[in-house]
Amino acid sequence: MSETDRDDGPSRRKVLECMTWVGTGVLWTVSGGVPHSLGIMGEAAAAEAKGLTFLQISDSHVGFDKPANPNALGTLEEAIAKVNAQPQKPAFMIHTGDISHLSLESQFDDADRIISQARLDVHYVPGEHDFLDADRKLYLQRYGRGTKGAGWYSFDANGVHFVGLVNVFDLKGGGMGDLGAEQLEWLEDDLKGRSASTPIVLFAHIPLWTIYPQWGWGTDDSAQALSYLKRFGSVTVLNGHIHQVMQKVEGNVTFHTARSTAFPQPAPGQGPSPGPMKVPDDQLRKMLGIANVTFKQNEQRLAIIDSPLKS
Amino acid sequence: MPIAKSLSNTVRSALVAAGLGAATATMLAAVVLPGWAQNAPQPAAGAISIDNFTFTPQSLTVKAGTTVTWTNRDDIPHGIASDNNAFAKSKALDTDDSYSFTFTKPGTYKYFCYVHPHMTGTIVVEPNG
Repeated sequence: MSETDRDDGPSRRKVLECMTWVGTGVLWTVSGGVPHSLGIMGEAAAAEAKGLTFLQISDSHVGFDKPANPNALGTLEEAIAKVNAQPQKPAFMIHTGDISHLSLESQFDDADRIISQARLDVHYVPGEHDFLDADRKLYLQRYGRGTKGAGWYSFDANGVHFVGLVNVFDLKGGGMGDLGAEQLEWLEDDLKGRSASTPIVLFAHIPLWTIYPQWGWGTDDSAQALSYLKRFGSVTVLNGHIHQVMQKVEGNVTFHTARSTAFPQPAPGQGPSPGPMKVPDDQLRKMLGIANVTFKQNEQRLAIIDSPLKS
Repeated sequence: MPIAKSLSNTVRSALVAAGLGAATATMLAAVVLPGWAQNAPQPAAGAISIDNFTFTPQSLTVKAGTTVTWTNRDDIPHGIASDNNAFAKSKALDTDDSYSFTFTKPGTYKYFCYVHPHMTGTIVVEPNG
């Protein structure tokens, strides 16, 4: 997407454009409350964002070494190099989960070693791959300080209220992602008393909108969470998990998923399973990426730029 | 039948290892197998394969006392959990890892993958005798 994509409603063409991207990351711009996907990171940086710019990376799967990408640590390193190459230093980074592949201490160590090279504050939420050890200890000890429950929290930056949610714990047979009653109650309380003009960014691993239930790509109780956000003028929901860019705008809410830095997954229903998708070697880096998000004063929607490791 | 399958695989690989062609091995296995199956002690075993985010077979019926083994054939870890904690949860199973549990009490055991809960399966345990 380019900087011209800043109208208040996305055209079908633009949405389709978003959906066909495969790559490195998403550049988000929050302007007047609503985040915009700016498209490819280079373009986003050129858009001279005033306000707040932050980055999203997702699904690093450190430790993954199967044919779909024998070196997931290497492509994470490339993604961080791309972060460092940005002409405009972002305020911070969010990581929307699946940092590790198997929740091993060594995998979290490796991830931290690479991600810290960006020299940015990183706000994490866990993916299901980060909660594979007993009691979810390793993730929570490392990233969960000051968080509630299974690791949820909120913070403010430049007038934007950020909420990190956890929808990958205590999952029920036959279900999808789940937030649970305790977290929903906390969310309702967290939002209470905030002005409706406060731009809100919700981020969580599994999409908070139902993309493809047959593959579990959705969150069972997301509608309840979103009901607390109806009165806000600008709501942006940033997710990972599906390893591809997808965007939907519904009223005041923009939903967006980021690429993985590790391996692509098929479009919904376009493969035998949602597992890693092996693509020709020269295609892989076009399907991995990062995202850049920019908020601008007096604009409703955040600008989101997804940029592949290689275009 | 998982038992027959695993026996015939064993026979076949032994013969192939001995230098026989695959076609001959298959034929011999077909001849040899009935005798083997009768003579071999019949350990109660059931096998479930995890392929493409699916449990195969999705429903498995066994006699009480049977040890059921799940094996992950995907590039992604999976985990086995009972819907109502009726049996112990597995550790996360990486590619080619297995988890076994011996079902001693008759009943219907629903389970799911706790990493990808849309994946579900059932074990039906029938009384012995």
